[in-house]
Amino acid sequence: MTDHHVTRRGILGAGVALTALQGPAAIAGSPTPAGAPEPQGATMPVGVTVNGERHELTLDPRVTLLDMLRDHLGLTGTKKGCDHGQCGACTVLVDGVRRNSCLNLAVACEGREIVTIEGLGHEQALHPMQAAFVKHDGFQCGYCTPGQICSAVGMLAEIRNGQPSAVTANLTATAMPLAEEEIRERMSGNICRCAAYPNIVAAILEASGMEAG
Amino acid sequence: MRAFTYERAGDADAALRGIGRPGAKFIAGGTNLLDLMKVDVETPAHLVDISRLPLGEIADTSDGGLRIGATASNSDLAADGRVRARYPMLSRALLNGASGQLRNQATTAGNLLQRTRCFYFYDTSKPCNKRSPGSGCSALQGFNRIHAILGASDACIAVHPSDMAVAMAALDAAVELRAPDGATRSLKMADFYRLPGTTPQLETNLRPGELITAVLLPPPPAGTQVYRKVRDRASYAFALVSVAALVDLDEQKVRHARIALGGVAHRPWRAVEAERQLVGADATPDTFAAAGEAAVGGARGYGHNDFKIALAARTVARALAEATAQKKG
Repeated sequence: MTDHHVTRRGILGAGVALTALQGPAAIAGSPTPAGAPEPQGATMPVGVTVNGERHELTLDPRVTLLDMLRDHLGLTGTKKGCDHGQCGACTVLVDGVRRNSCLNLAVACEGREIVTIEGLGHEQALHPMQAAFVKHDGFQCGYCTPGQICSAVGMLAEIRNGQPSAVTANLTATAMPLAEEEIRERMSGNICRCAAYPNIVAAILEASGMEAG
Repeated sequence: MRAFTYERAGDADAALRGIGRPGAKFIAGGTNLLDLMKVDVETPAHLVDISRLPLGEIADTSDGGLRIGATASNSDLAADGRVRARYPMLSRALLNGASGQLRNQATTAGNLLQRTRCFYFYDTSKPCNKRSPGSGCSALQGFNRIHAILGASDACIAVHPSDMAVAMAALDAAVELRAPDGATRSLKMADFYRLPGTTPQLETNLRPGELITAVLLPPPPAGTQVYRKVRDRASYAFALVSVAALVDLDEQKVRHARIALGGVAHRPWRAVEAERQLVGADATPDTFAAAGEAAVGGARGYGHNDFKIALAARTVARALAEATAQKKG
């Protein structure tokens, strides 16, 4: 059955292959000789733990953490939006801290523990943040959602650590307030072009209570 | 992205050996460097990863200041209890920069060394003297709303985007450096950055191969500190204008003031003349408005950014008033 299972990703993959075949003619005028691969950097070994599973890979140093997750480990839950750290769709947790996976070289993640959306929960046992996003309809198209959820989980940890934000009135307080204004400021690195922001904030507020409970 | 080789330096000596290789660059957080590599603006042949060097500590100094390790993250520095209590303008500046994810990754030294830049610098289809010296400046006659009003040249009108560096300039910080031959020196913030002149490709006075090991903060000056940032959206945007200000009051008179501006020049811009005028003056709105005007003395707009001159003057006045009100409050 699985042999005949048609997926959107499979169709897109076939399309990319066809495009690649047409490539040389299309770029005949470019400075790089048509069809000649760019000079490759020497590949390097890299060992990382992703969602609790250890992986030993050999990668071109140019591969980003984002591309490693998606293209080398098949973990396509993490999304590529802008690929320049501006949209937050690629947010993952690195040693428990939220980062833009597009702006990390995979080889620089040697020994790190990565958690992606696939590692937070699954259909039968959603992470409280995932459940809250479902309950509050914290998305529309869903493309930014894995990044929003990973970012929100990392963000709540930062609040628990007592890290202030730009809107924190009292910089020297040790306990950080958990208010809508704080969440909006702290989540500003995650763009939602469907503008589901009110529901995202509601979901995060609820999930923070679930965590505390 | 161009191919490169990569090494993870085990210690500072190894890093300083690695940087001697042709086309080598240090990388720590990489939030700006990797971004620029993706568009072939930065094309290092070799990367020396210094992110795991033991340079992340934030420590008290014997003179009552703070030594901030080069690889301390922007998040850790902003959240440090001593910074929050004694250098609040620095904490505020950091928290007003970038996003939570980027602050977690970006380092202190990397923040200082992020490129002074504009969108023409990123666009390899357009002339840019900073990217390709001698090719021309696309911003002079282009869309220059975000560009410099102070200290610019016909070669380049880009602005340094850091918030952190603006506060460090106001706090008279110094940058501690180590050369490949092991020699150490420190550069005051006033001497660290360059104006574009005819060589906009040079942004700092670092010598080839020098490694930033720390930023040194002198003991906090007396007075109330504020950081005020004006931008196109409420969060996660570069400053159109930002101001780090400190006011030390003696009753109703200004004993001492510090003013540094961001978003207005090729480097953090210290408003020395405005600071001088404030000493001994009555802390009134008129005084602060005059200081704002003094801060933009010699400013020049390039068309779309003309509004920044009045905006900068008013933001300085507002920041000074805010610092005074906090003191009274």
